[in-house]
Amino acid sequence: MTAVFPDIWPALPEIFLALSGVALLMLGVFRGDGFTRPVSYLSIVCMLLAAILAMGYGSGRVVTFNGMFVMDAFGVFMKVLVLVSAAFAVILGLGFNEREQMARFEFPVLMIFATLGMLMMISANDFISLYVGLETQSLALYVIAAFRRDSAKSSEAGLKYFVLGSLSSGMLLYGASLVYGFAGTTSFDKVAALFAGGAHVSPGLVIGLVFVMAGLAFKVSAAPFHMWTPDVYEGAPTPVTAFFAAAPKVAAIALLTRVVMEPFGHLAAQWHQVLVATAILSMVIGSFVAIMQTNIKRLMAYSSIGHVGYALVGLTTGTQDGVRGVLIYMALYIAMNIGAFAVILSMKAKGQMLEEIKDFSGLSKTNPMLAATMAIFMFSMAGIPPMAGFFGKLYVFLAAVAAQEYTLAVVGVLTSVVGAFYYLRIIKIMYFDEPAVVVDKVDDDGMTGVLVLTSLFTLLFFVAPAPILNGAAAAAAALFAG
Amino acid sequence: MASWPILSFATFLPLVGVALILLFCRGNTPDVLRNVRYISLWTTLVTFVLTLLVWANFDPRNPGYQMVEKAGWIPEFGINYHMGVDGISVLFVVLAGFLMPLCILASWESVQVRLKEYMIAFLALETLMIGMFCALDFVLFYMFFEGVLIPMFLIIGIWGGPRRVYAAFKFFLYTLLGSVLMLLAILAMYYVAGTTDIPTITATQFPRNMQLWLWLAFFASFAVKVPMWPVHTWLPDAHVEAPTAGSVILAGVLLKMGGYGFLRFNIPILPEATEYFAPLIYTLSVVAVIYTSLVALAQEDMKKLIAYSSVAHMGFVTIGMFALNQQGIEGSVFQMLSHGVVSGALFLCVGVVYDRLHTREIARYGGLVKNMPKYAVVFLFMTMASVGLPGTAGFVGEFLVLMGVFRDNTWVAALAATGMVLGAAYALWLYRRVVYGKLTKPDVKAMFDMTPREIAVFVPLIAVVLWMGIYPSSFLNVTSASVEQLIQTYQTKLAASHAASGVSVAAR
Repeated sequence: MTAVFPDIWPALPEIFLALSGVALLMLGVFRGDGFTRPVSYLSIVCMLLAAILAMGYGSGRVVTFNGMFVMDAFGVFMKVLVLVSAAFAVILGLGFNEREQMARFEFPVLMIFATLGMLMMISANDFISLYVGLETQSLALYVIAAFRRDSAKSSEAGLKYFVLGSLSSGMLLYGASLVYGFAGTTSFDKVAALFAGGAHVSPGLVIGLVFVMAGLAFKVSAAPFHMWTPDVYEGAPTPVTAFFAAAPKVAAIALLTRVVMEPFGHLAAQWHQVLVATAILSMVIGSFVAIMQTNIKRLMAYSSIGHVGYALVGLTTGTQDGVRGVLIYMALYIAMNIGAFAVILSMKAKGQMLEEIKDFSGLSKTNPMLAATMAIFMFSMAGIPPMAGFFGKLYVFLAAVAAQEYTLAVVGVLTSVVGAFYYLRIIKIMYFDEPAVVVDKVDDDGMTGVLVLTSLFTLLFFVAPAPILNGAAAAAAALFAG
Repeated sequence: MASWPILSFATFLPLVGVALILLFCRGNTPDVLRNVRYISLWTTLVTFVLTLLVWANFDPRNPGYQMVEKAGWIPEFGINYHMGVDGISVLFVVLAGFLMPLCILASWESVQVRLKEYMIAFLALETLMIGMFCALDFVLFYMFFEGVLIPMFLIIGIWGGPRRVYAAFKFFLYTLLGSVLMLLAILAMYYVAGTTDIPTITATQFPRNMQLWLWLAFFASFAVKVPMWPVHTWLPDAHVEAPTAGSVILAGVLLKMGGYGFLRFNIPILPEATEYFAPLIYTLSVVAVIYTSLVALAQEDMKKLIAYSSVAHMGFVTIGMFALNQQGIEGSVFQMLSHGVVSGALFLCVGVVYDRLHTREIARYGGLVKNMPKYAVVFLFMTMASVGLPGTAGFVGEFLVLMGVFRDNTWVAALAATGMVLGAAYALWLYRRVVYGKLTKPDVKAMFDMTPREIAVFVPLIAVVLWMGIYPSSFLNVTSASVEQLIQTYQTKLAASHAASGVSVAAR
């Protein structure tokens, strides 16, 4: 068989991003740390260009690189989400890194490589490309978690993330090898074809599947594999936390969706109960444990665990409606999440970062706009209409009700009431309490831009929700057409 | 009739006021604050005129939805922007429009801190309330229904009394807990009917088993909102801690959302379940009427007493509704309207003395008739209206409800009637302790009578209470055609399902 040069067009965003990452690395090496700002700006431009390239892909399902790589409308939707949220995260990091004397050109470059890994995860069509994408992402993330080298907390966060991340990668790899052993192939398409024909499902393969799912559950920080999340979120520099809570989560959810829907789509009976348990645990832990938190970043960590639980409710149904719900949920979640972190990053008094929840007290008096913005995000995360977060929950629960997953739906809405309690607590502290510290004005144009964009999006999403809802519907349909 | 979207104008006009305040009122100088007050007042007055136009445009002989507006919102998902009013909802729109300017006037001087935010919260609240009564799409309805929680939470929490945080949380979480279950029910109906259009869903027949669950889910939401015993405990806390205008809106309009929900959804959409659960409603409502009236007798706090009386009066509303005949339902709609005006007025009465003495403790007052004669007259009038004196609004509603329920179940009627006696007891006793007796306390002696602004607030209220009591037809005419159709829908669907089950039994 002669080697045919593969069709590289579907992978254009990845190739572009890889090349620009290398180019920016060279630029940084030759010009030094003084050149951090231009490198950051260029990295934002590159990410947005890659998003445009991804959007220009069109539709239809194309498999290339010998079946390793797949591109479809689902991939386009997820890649655009990842790229846009990564670009926002770079903007959030600009001012912070300079203030904290950790502005080094490697930061945006590492973000680019992490994002590259995420794009590959989204397009993985084989356990091997899945693993390569995942590790590309993880290695870059381990480094930026510990990016503040002289801070014990940041180093600890990096180390913890590395150790536990490797453990989960190991589990995933072990699971993948079991699947290979029992199915005889690592290709998603071939595994799917095998079970479409009604092949016997051996226990070994199910064990492999469970290991793969455990590894992925770790990456999306779903309970009971969530232990690392609060510590890493708290320890990592805040812009890194903002990045962790958005882009990698979207990529990992996309990967999990593709894995359970494509190769194991006919094994729904086997993975369904695993996902149900994970979703319920995540929602319960995410809402109850968050009540006790005093650090805003830890609170956001538990909140993200809870949100992943809601997204998994959609996935659990295994239906097209469910996947549509997941996509809508993730799109709206990252908008409010980035916005909330932009507020947290704007919370500083006399140049010192504020990270305790009690530092928010009386914010509505000292800085009314910032408080109003945070209130929008908190109401949205609690799922109160007319904020965007409500629509996320709406479509996830719609799928659950349609699939007759009543237990999940009821647990979901009840935990969302518990969750509302701690989101309201932030609002209570900002609006009902007396000011404790005077918070500095937001003096960073990039930050202001992010705050305005995300808060307007969250507040006014209900005016014209159709584009995102229809985009998600088309993306979900693509996954089921293949 | 009206070719322009009058309902949307009435709904979203208050937001224009919000925009004006945000754009043009910067700073905290007295001039700016005066502008904020006047912008809010004029916005709510114009909105009130618009709601009156809605009423004027309304054709009472047409039982269907009128002034309907429909626009694509998320058409791919069967969700549309669909507004319209029928005889049941149109008067609630007017009620919300009527009470709002009075609330702004009542807060004219009593609110001094963060006035701008206060007015913005109230204007946003008005948009949400009017929108909720006009919405003919479930998602739209739910957005307005839930959205109300946000401004009300802030109003209680920022401008409330000493235990405001507790009350605000209790209010928010209680109502949210009920509402999310309703959301699931809405989603289940969406799944079956493929649309969230309320008229379409009303025409859909749901299987009996499903109806029971859906009914319970809606019940969870509306029972908390009404509130019915035993989920009423958030109400006294919220009322006591809320600022006066917040209490007025809470009692005047927000409680009616629950009753409106029962009428709009539970009865016509889920008739079999309604028939099945009607005894439950009767039981809970009778307990509410008697028990909360007794509790009201024991209160030391004026606002708490009126809050418990609200629970008792809303008990009449739910009893009348589930009598499921013309008098009962029309009576309960009327009772909701009259309670909206009367209890709002009573909270304003409390507000008048609270602004002077800054306490709501009944024992701190006494003998006000000597130094506040005008106040004594107004308060007496409203107390009588609350008791249900013939000639006032309270009488018509309670009479119709009792008549309706008497046709359905004499026992319930007899027990509910005891509530009227108890109601007279606690209301008159409250009045006696506050207004009569000896004027001994020096700080009470120093209280001055009502100002012209306060009188301006009460005059329209008194006029409306008398109008409703003396010539109720102008209100009942509006509701009767729609209520008739509601009962017809209920009975047709019920008969159809009974026939269907009869056939299946026969086939077996």
